[in-house]
Amino acid sequence: MNLTWIFAALTFWIATWAINQMLARQQFSDKTVQTGIDVFIPILFGAALLVLWEGLCRGFNVPPVLLPPPSMIWERITNSLDILWADFQQTYLKAVLAGYVMGCGSGFIAAIIVDRIPFLRKGLLPVGNLVAALPIVGMAPIMVMWFGFDWPSKAAVVVIMTFFPMLVNTVAGLAASGHIERDLMHTYASNYMQRLMKLRLPAAMPFIFNALKINSTLALIGAIVAEFFGTPIVGMGFRISTEVGRMNVDMVWAEIFVAALAGSLSYGLIALLERAVTFWHPSYRS
Amino acid sequence: MHDRVIPIGTVLLAIFVLWYVFTVVLNAPFERDQAARADTELSTIELISNTMVQKRPILPAPHQVAVEIWETTVEKKITSKRSLVYHTWVTLSSTLLGFAMGTVLGILLAVGIVHSRVLDKSLMPWIITSQTIPILAIAPMVIVVLNAIGISGLLPKAVISMYLSFFPVAVGMVKGFRSPEVMHLDLMHTYNASRSQVFWKLRWPASVPFLFTSMKVAVAISLVGAIVGELPTGASAGLGARLLSGSYYGQTIQIWSALIAASLLAAFLVMMVDIIGRSVTKRMGMAA
Repeated sequence: MNLTWIFAALTFWIATWAINQMLARQQFSDKTVQTGIDVFIPILFGAALLVLWEGLCRGFNVPPVLLPPPSMIWERITNSLDILWADFQQTYLKAVLAGYVMGCGSGFIAAIIVDRIPFLRKGLLPVGNLVAALPIVGMAPIMVMWFGFDWPSKAAVVVIMTFFPMLVNTVAGLAASGHIERDLMHTYASNYMQRLMKLRLPAAMPFIFNALKINSTLALIGAIVAEFFGTPIVGMGFRISTEVGRMNVDMVWAEIFVAALAGSLSYGLIALLERAVTFWHPSYRS
Repeated sequence: MHDRVIPIGTVLLAIFVLWYVFTVVLNAPFERDQAARADTELSTIELISNTMVQKRPILPAPHQVAVEIWETTVEKKITSKRSLVYHTWVTLSSTLLGFAMGTVLGILLAVGIVHSRVLDKSLMPWIITSQTIPILAIAPMVIVVLNAIGISGLLPKAVISMYLSFFPVAVGMVKGFRSPEVMHLDLMHTYNASRSQVFWKLRWPASVPFLFTSMKVAVAISLVGAIVGELPTGASAGLGARLLSGSYYGQTIQIWSALIAASLLAAFLVMMVDIIGRSVTKRMGMAA
């Protein structure tokens, strides 16, 4: 027990809380200052959490096997960059990206076909809705048996996981354009392709991006979990499951950090793209 | 309703037929291989019928899975370790515990976020970030670490389910608590209602439809959490353990029957939440 660490961490926590309280109450007339403050508050909150974690770990002498302090995890990250990079390449750059592109792409194409044929829309959509709620991760062992240990089996899991959210959301999005707009297109004597490209696909974009966002997290989960069922000796899921067995918890946290970073960055990238594509949407107009 | 039965039925039938076709296509190479080794010729009919009865098929035929499910549910004692009912029950109990904990946590977070500006600004971005972290990847560590400090059994799996299920509830309830219109809030203001009165008499009732919508997502996702949570526990009990042991020993029929059981369980849970949600909103006079 080391009271100074606990005391310092708690003081820092209270101080940041007070600063945040003050900042959150104030309204700034300058818009850039306001956005800056809005970004700063959660960062300060996150920093306070890290300091609290570090302080409590050191203060209560928590054994590193249970929960290593952030400084130790950071040290591990900087020391084993090459392993982390190899794992990242195997899991993210190969399995996740390939599966994500194929799954989202085929879901999108399937949605356009389903939308064209009312019979399929009535029949396939309820089934797709049901399948989207099922624990598809369970398909992982089967995919590993079919496609082998290397990354294609992981990509296959990602494809099935991302297909249905994309299908369901795109079909919903294609139905989202209003009656008046469709009537207007009709008066222009537009054909199916023109209606699709100029009205219905742009109107469906918020739904499609919603699916892309959901899928970005699902893809990472699918690839990592699939690696629990058998992999070559590289990959994030492989590293996590073996290092847990060897009680190298700091290495596991390093992998988690990489996964979190990759997940957040891809989510952020899609959010930025969404902003650029659907700039007309009410939620982005101020 | 009636115009949907035929399309849905057709799609289901098509899936069924496709399944059989794939069974034949995927399992045929093994049969041909066997026949070539035994120096016998297989007629097409023999080949097809042989692909349906393999012991460790690449893709088992639907009726094989159905027989396996029948044998492991009805013909085994429920307490038996080989009974699918027993494994489903293990998974169901941790799913429900995690789902309950996640729902409570989600509601509490939403209450805090709606009532405090600081929490709204500082916590909300982190709640969203928390979901970009693949918790399912961390699941084995959560279980091992909790085991090390003496917590084992139901709770570690429930913690993973909780982590997954709190998010939809928190996000949905923040929306729900903010759903009352300005007019309603103004009316409460003219009544000189206190904050807690506004909460219990206006915000809480207004958020109930949002609660059930997000609970449907949450219950499905907490089942996934429970299944994955069972993978690293040494494959002792639960549907996830059935998947893992099935993949170790190449028992594809066992994997598929566990998958079907998990799917039925997911559909059942979502349906139950839906039915409860409908009857509650009906009693509250909100049914459309």
